[in-house]
Amino acid sequence: MEDPTVARARTPHPPTHAGTVGRERAATSTPETVVAPPVPQVSHPSESGSRETAVTVEATDFSFWYGANQALKQINLKVPSRKVTALIGPSGCGKSTFLRSINRMNDLIPGTRHDGDIELDGESLFSPDQDVVRLRRRVGMVFQKSNPFPKSIFENVAYGPRVNRLVDSRRELEDLVEHSLKRAALWDEVKDRLDKSALGLSGGQQQRLCIARALAVEPEVVLMDEPASALDPIATQKIEELIYELKSDYTIVIVTHNMQQAARVSDRTAFFYLGELIEVGNTDVIFTNPKKEQTEAYITGRFG
Amino acid sequence: MTDAINRRRKIQNTVWLTLTGVASLLVVVPLILIFYHLISSGAGALNVAFFTRLPAPVGETGGGMANALLGTAQLVFYAGLFGIPIAVAVGVFMAEAGRTRFGSFVRLVADVMNGIPSIVVGIFVWAWVVVAMGGFSLLAGAIALAVMLIPMVARTTEEMVRLVPKELREGGQALGFTRWRTTLGIVLPAAKSGILTGVLVALARIAGETAPLLFTAFGNPFWEWRLNEPVASLPLLIYQYAISPYDDWHRQAWAASLVLIGLVLVVNVLARSIFKNPYRSR
Repeated sequence: MEDPTVARARTPHPPTHAGTVGRERAATSTPETVVAPPVPQVSHPSESGSRETAVTVEATDFSFWYGANQALKQINLKVPSRKVTALIGPSGCGKSTFLRSINRMNDLIPGTRHDGDIELDGESLFSPDQDVVRLRRRVGMVFQKSNPFPKSIFENVAYGPRVNRLVDSRRELEDLVEHSLKRAALWDEVKDRLDKSALGLSGGQQQRLCIARALAVEPEVVLMDEPASALDPIATQKIEELIYELKSDYTIVIVTHNMQQAARVSDRTAFFYLGELIEVGNTDVIFTNPKKEQTEAYITGRFG
Repeated sequence: MTDAINRRRKIQNTVWLTLTGVASLLVVVPLILIFYHLISSGAGALNVAFFTRLPAPVGETGGGMANALLGTAQLVFYAGLFGIPIAVAVGVFMAEAGRTRFGSFVRLVADVMNGIPSIVVGIFVWAWVVVAMGGFSLLAGAIALAVMLIPMVARTTEEMVRLVPKELREGGQALGFTRWRTTLGIVLPAAKSGILTGVLVALARIAGETAPLLFTAFGNPFWEWRLNEPVASLPLLIYQYAISPYDDWHRQAWAASLVLIGLVLVVNVLARSIFKNPYRSR
């Protein structure tokens, strides 16, 4: 399961991006797919072998309004499993709105409405029997501004699994906390002060703690809203390496204003402009040979 | 030309800064005078007996205010016991549902209640509790003080809960927490120090209230522990002693005032040291 190339996270693109939009659907029904815990639902194509990729999140004609203001216009986008999909575009283009629609965080804002649909593993996010609390457990989120709870480091990670009753004993909880902190590459830095306040950590450590917290409730998808925009280059690099490692187990969608970051960490890139999805494709293609003029203008810094 | 304008601006600046400075001094001076006066008139009457003995019978000198100290503590304790949970709950409601019609109605009610003269609260509690119970009581006094406390604490709780960054709330909900779990487990702990400060300031404030106790707790020359009996309190005893014709009682009233204002000061300083907003400093 561990890809040996994972350690070299600075490699901008893994060798293959085999899944094309047209083929992705097929994989969900491919019989010989392997089910890999702890993520139960998807096939797990290895980085180099399989030519097909399962789709985890699929938006169909998805539109979104804040009051009278339409923020998203008929978005059609497929997010492949266990890949990093970057959403880029100038401020106000709707990329964050789209991201926050995937775990329905926009529900919290009064006066919003939507049209069309987003499916998670073929299941509509907006169907009446969708439990939004359960949905948000399956789709974790990391925010732009690190937001650790005013609790100890341990409690920050332990609170989610405990509330969601994912563990039966203290022992299990401790294991899960340790595992999550290790996954977030934070364990070695905090293992001796787990009972200290999380607010005493540095900005980069706080953000990795928030990632650990999100991973602790065992999500399938992790949404990241400009996770490194408030961090210095070294902390940013750590977060990027982490994203690169996490994609072997999680489907990741990341919003970023940083073109280099999108190019470095993502497998696929979607360019949003004025509420529309202008272009989506493999990251190397988008950055070297975009089809649309607007995309090229944006990534070369001519506007935005 | 420009020199003249510049000079004018400098003079204006000095004038206005001086005016605000003088106004600030005017605020500080009364407090210093109050303390000076209380200490010079009351410190002499502060002795061990003051804190340990019951009031002396009329005509005798000596005695103390131990029962009134206890009574004030009891009244504040019960008022807090009844009032704080309600006030915090209302404050959370106003912060969470403040935009709804009912939410803004509740806020209006809280603001009006904050402005109600305390004597009116006393009369109201007299009519609804004292008359119904058939007599003055510690319970009625505590209810009157709780009625004073609830709008104060509710409003500070609301402000403090609103200060909690929305990212923190979203962080909880993004983990699959329900709204009440997020509020109770994340938002309230984050607002804890601010709420505690508001509670302490409000407790200090009601500890000095006199009017609501006049026809509720009434006063009592003896020790009293029962909820359904009248009870002594420092503010009432100050009032009673101050309007008496005896010099010794006047001295004791000064001493009691000194104790009361000292308590308020200590609690306020304590409240200030507790209050820190971790999201502001870092």
